[in-house]
Amino acid sequence: MKKTLLSAVIAIFGVQIFAADITGTITFKGTPPAENSLTEMESMSDCISMHDTTPTTHFYVVNSTNGGFGDVVVYLKNVSAKSTGASAKPAVLDQVGCLYTPGIMAIQTGQTLTVKNSDPCNHNVHGISEANGKETTIFNDQQPSGGAELTYTFDKPEMFFKFECNIHPWMKAWVCIFDHPYFAVTDADGKFTIKNVPPGKYTIEANHRKLGAQSQEIEVKDSGATANFTFNAPAAAK
Amino acid sequence: MNDSAAKINRPLHWFAIATAIATFLLLGAGGLVTSHEAGMSVPDWPNSYGYNMFAFPPSKWVGGIFYEHTHRLWATVVGLMTTILAVWIFAKDFRKWMKWLGVAAFLGVIAQGVLGGLRVTMKMDDLGVVHGVVGQSFFVLICAIALFTGGLWQKISEQKLNVSRGLRNLVLATTVLIFLQLILGATMRGQHAGLAIPDFPTAYGKIWPDTSAQAVANYNAASKNPENITAFQINLQMVHRAMALTIFVFICVTAFFAWRKLGARDSFAKFAFFWFALIIVQITLGAATILTNKAADVATAHVLVGALSLAIGALGCIIAFRRSLRTATVENQNAAVIAFGNLAANK
Ligand SMILES: [Cu+2]
Repeated sequence: MKKTLLSAVIAIFGVQIFAADITGTITFKGTPPAENSLTEMESMSDCISMHDTTPTTHFYVVNSTNGGFGDVVVYLKNVSAKSTGASAKPAVLDQVGCLYTPGIMAIQTGQTLTVKNSDPCNHNVHGISEANGKETTIFNDQQPSGGAELTYTFDKPEMFFKFECNIHPWMKAWVCIFDHPYFAVTDADGKFTIKNVPPGKYTIEANHRKLGAQSQEIEVKDSGATANFTFNAPAAAK
Repeated sequence: MNDSAAKINRPLHWFAIATAIATFLLLGAGGLVTSHEAGMSVPDWPNSYGYNMFAFPPSKWVGGIFYEHTHRLWATVVGLMTTILAVWIFAKDFRKWMKWLGVAAFLGVIAQGVLGGLRVTMKMDDLGVVHGVVGQSFFVLICAIALFTGGLWQKISEQKLNVSRGLRNLVLATTVLIFLQLILGATMRGQHAGLAIPDFPTAYGKIWPDTSAQAVANYNAASKNPENITAFQINLQMVHRAMALTIFVFICVTAFFAWRKLGARDSFAKFAFFWFALIIVQITLGAATILTNKAADVATAHVLVGALSLAIGALGCIIAFRRSLRTATVENQNAAVIAFGNLAANK
């Protein structure tokens, strides 16, 4: 009787009942390359007035105390699960002080991406696909200060789809689009959690926009799994 | 022939020169748009952020918008000047083929304006490349009109016909190579390949760089540029470099033959020397574009000197054809008469 009940529960909730989390830490080894100062911003009062000092790029988000490596996209490869993007809560890309926040993000196909403008100036929101190794404009919309939010959805998975503003040429953000829900972006401590993964064997990949991808094989048990990665500083910056 | 000198319409000639200068400046403005990646900074067209373009307040001309909007405004000036030029030629130039050149210029400037607008509204990146190539071709056309309306053209027409067909064909071949180089350059700008290789004259320390996936990944990891580059961009820039070397060799040969066959004092030889000097400047600017990590003003100067090299080459072709006519066969001469017109015949 007990067994039947359990079977019924499994039938109703599917594999979700046994789903577990994959957690891990991405570490950066060595000295990260110096960031570029966005000096171009200094001549634009609407932008620079929102910063105390001239901002820099954030290509290598490295925690200097624990070596945690942020803005790394971690995901499962070749999973059969379908995208749940249509029912997922919208992801938000904001423009604050003439910078995109966040600079790196990940969403699902079919998931709404909301672009906001929190600045006192105009931006143009220019979406560029770099699939095929060639830049292709997908959309380009104006977004005045205080203007309505813009929303976008994507049909196909793509790594590092680019957003840029051509009024402020330093403004760039990259969005990774997946056709399944098993991905995460590391926080400032290099930590990530991929939630509700059904038990099984997977290939997990960690991808940094400038340093490229690393992968490893993992087995997710009922208790979950751990996957850690280490990225080395690029040769020229060592 | 001599009485035809009286037929020169000086105001028309000067207006044609002014239009050529305005077009050259427009190429510069367009070059700045691309160099500052500002081509899409104003998503609407012909309006600008909902304003009529002439009523768009200067306080909103910030960042990339400044380059894009001033490019649009200056384009309307060139459009107006070209229209006046075409009408003027149609009314006052007695040569039928010149009237057609005027019509071509008018249609060209309209097409170019529409191309620029479509590039923005249709969001077609490849149209940006076409827009760049058509713009420079239009500049060549206006330069040719300026040449044909002036006294120099009559002088050339009366000059000794002593440019050999070999030299003429060399000038033509070099000009065609420069035009192909322009297409390559415009594609590079459209695809942001200018930053694909950080060193010159070497390429990632080699004559021809490694473009394997691993090598490209290493380049990107070490690069300070925001954008990752691709093997395609590297190869594109390498082809552009190889083409530059080819053009340099052709120019050297052209200048050498012009000097040996015509003498250093001949006007055509002087033209060849000037062209040679221009290509040296252009190669220097190309190297500077790489070494300054594509500073916007350097990259734009590279575009402008490129346009000038093309125009000088095209005018050189026209003059070379004019000065080699009678040494050709009678049939060729007749064909050339139809092609370039003959002042006396059309009178
Ligand atoms: Cu902006």
